[in-house]
Amino acid sequence: MIEYWLQAASTYAGDIDFVIELVAVIVGFWFFLTVGIFFWLIFAHRVSRSPRAEYLTGDEEQPKKFITWAHMLVLVCDVFIVWAAVQVWYEVKQELPLENGGQPQVVRVISQQWAWSFVHPGADGVLDTADDIRSVDELHIEVNRLYHYELSSKDVLHSFSVPVFRLKQDAIPGRVIRGWFEATQTGSYDIQCAEICGIGHALMPARIVIETPEQHAAWLAGHSPTQLAAR
Amino acid sequence: MPESAPAPTHEAAHHEPENWVLKYLWSTDHKVIAMQYLVTGVFMALIGGFFAYAFRMQLAFPGAEVPGYGLVSPSDYNALVTNHGTIMIFWVAMPVLVAAFGNFLIPLMVGCDDMVFPKINRLSFQVFFLSAVVLLASFFVEGGAFGGAWTAYPPLSAVGEYSLTPLGSTLWLVAVALEFVAFLLGGINFITTAMNSRAPGMRLYDIPIVVWMIVIASVLFMLSVGPLIAGAIMLFMDQQVGTGFFDPARGGDPILWQHLFWFFGHPEVYVVLLPALGITAEIICIFSRKKLFAYRTILYTVFATGILSFTVWAHHQFIAGIDPRMAHIFTITTLLISVPIAEMCFVYIATLYKGSITLNTPMLWGLAFIFEFLIGGVTGIFLGASGADIYFHDTYFVLAHFHYTFFPIAIIGTYAGITLWFPKMFGKMLNDRLGKIHFWGTIIPFNLIFIPLFFLGGLGQHRRIYDYVHFPELMRENVLFGLGMQDLRVLATVSLLVMLAFQVVFFVNVYLSLKNGPRAGRNPWKATTLEWLTPSPPPHGNFAELPTVYRGAYEYSHPDRQEDYWPQWEPEFGPGAGRG
Repeated sequence: MIEYWLQAASTYAGDIDFVIELVAVIVGFWFFLTVGIFFWLIFAHRVSRSPRAEYLTGDEEQPKKFITWAHMLVLVCDVFIVWAAVQVWYEVKQELPLENGGQPQVVRVISQQWAWSFVHPGADGVLDTADDIRSVDELHIEVNRLYHYELSSKDVLHSFSVPVFRLKQDAIPGRVIRGWFEATQTGSYDIQCAEICGIGHALMPARIVIETPEQHAAWLAGHSPTQLAAR
Repeated sequence: MPESAPAPTHEAAHHEPENWVLKYLWSTDHKVIAMQYLVTGVFMALIGGFFAYAFRMQLAFPGAEVPGYGLVSPSDYNALVTNHGTIMIFWVAMPVLVAAFGNFLIPLMVGCDDMVFPKINRLSFQVFFLSAVVLLASFFVEGGAFGGAWTAYPPLSAVGEYSLTPLGSTLWLVAVALEFVAFLLGGINFITTAMNSRAPGMRLYDIPIVVWMIVIASVLFMLSVGPLIAGAIMLFMDQQVGTGFFDPARGGDPILWQHLFWFFGHPEVYVVLLPALGITAEIICIFSRKKLFAYRTILYTVFATGILSFTVWAHHQFIAGIDPRMAHIFTITTLLISVPIAEMCFVYIATLYKGSITLNTPMLWGLAFIFEFLIGGVTGIFLGASGADIYFHDTYFVLAHFHYTFFPIAIIGTYAGITLWFPKMFGKMLNDRLGKIHFWGTIIPFNLIFIPLFFLGGLGQHRRIYDYVHFPELMRENVLFGLGMQDLRVLATVSLLVMLAFQVVFFVNVYLSLKNGPRAGRNPWKATTLEWLTPSPPPHGNFAELPTVYRGAYEYSHPDRQEDYWPQWEPEFGPGAGRG
């Protein structure tokens, strides 16, 4: 449903969309049922058709059972929604997966008033070495590769949001928050700041550029500080 | 209660003040204070509506000069959305629904002459008025009004260098804190009056639902506001004294504020929701001529909702960086709330069953409340489910969701209450035809404002951004029925303009009805609760003779009676009782 309007470009986007669709089906059913009954009652019992109301206290068995049953069913539906939501939450936020037993790539995402900056590990795949690549407003990653991110903020709260990944995480000054993503298709997409951060909040656009391994290697080579220094 | 001095007689206690100032500005009469709250609330609603107009115009036509406002700069935009939210919740929904209706209705409906603490009641309004002045003053100080969203998350709100509105932030905070003081003072009166000053014969289960709702709302407010007042003092010290409770640079923790804020913030939703639900209950019973279906069930579901509402606050913080495991607990508690709320909706709808429904203006507002609030309720499930909230959090989906709860509460609930009790408040009937024009002119544009915003949120549009031009994914063409995303924004704005224009009809209606409307009489709706026993408008001291209550609040269409209503004040075997 969401994918029809906005592409899904991460491994868990489909799972998040599934929760949304499940909730949509369940609450849609209840909503249309309730509203249908609601309008039917207004129509059926308008004053011209039923000039005198009936005296019902709500203690009669017949009408009471509709309410009792309905609220039991609501509870059952809640269980399904909780089940789906908790599973996806666990997958996306709670558990940091590892890449085939090895270490995943780690990127740093640093937010500040009002820009994003990113630290890529460079060709050696390790952060805090001489070939780290810093960039502003552009995050370059490889498709089909697991990434962990380390999100931090220099001043106020920001929120790292990549709509095509269905990913969002607030950044808190003084803390490093870890999370993960794995892109499933190449392209260049929006990164937004989703937490108001002052007058420049609207001026914090950034792009996430998802590349094939070859393109990514070329980008790394073209931006490597050691190579740039040698040139 | 005063100590054991001999109770003054009814006559002696209530001589109406002669002086105009004492009568209207310095009064302790609950009805006058209710009017003061109502007028202030409506005035603030006009300001909040004007803010909405200014920032919606900026969103639809970025960079264009807004007629009547001028250019909306980024800092203006932030200040407008922040104060729109703050005003609509704290200076419109609270004073009108809780304070104005609470003040007007509780003494009349429980059958007493005034609040238990009339002077505290007067003080409550005075503090409230001061708080409104402080808030509006924040627009005229150096740096301008606060623009860090109504949730005021630090460090943005705590540090002047980040927000660039050091004075505005402090005035905002002081105004909100004063407003809390006002409602604590008011709430004391609502609770004590409803519990201690009921007319003889009125048992707890004979109290009209709307009174119960306002009392429970006051209790919720009292229990939840403490942490936020503590938080407000800490934030104030961060701003002005140089402490670092919420600023990590000085060893504090910004998440602490979020917990304090939302521990109050979520029950606050129910604080304003309950009075609106109560007003709707009265309307549905009166205009479907039905006894409220399962009075006690409603009460129990409200108690359950109230208790649960204290356990769900962190669903606002799923992605804020709290421990991910907490999300599971708060997803479960949040979804549990759907059970009592759904049951309440079912009970309201069941009340319509086999009724005799008249669709006049108050009834239209009451039914619209249920319908629109249902939309708000079911869309909330998406946000309470942690997995789905990862995507929807802070998008326009959230915004549309809570406007589908707060608009029915603050606007529909208010119009429902005003159209129902206008005859009692002013002694004149409102014009029904103009009322219906106003109703449809409000409801249809309202849906046209916020349904597009649901789609924009689903498409990934985030909140509090004054211009989307930098986000290519948010400027796409042809997303819905051939409309682009900017077209949807324009549609929402145009609908807002139409809705605002139709509000003029309401004020014209009030003016014409006050001037030429037919006299209302005591009980124009043939209703059963005690306020309809008094003359319209009720005189100082309310009842000529304090009433006695003989039965529950909703005895409509009793089979033993010829008339289809049986007022609470009519003796069992009195004239026209029809029984025995």
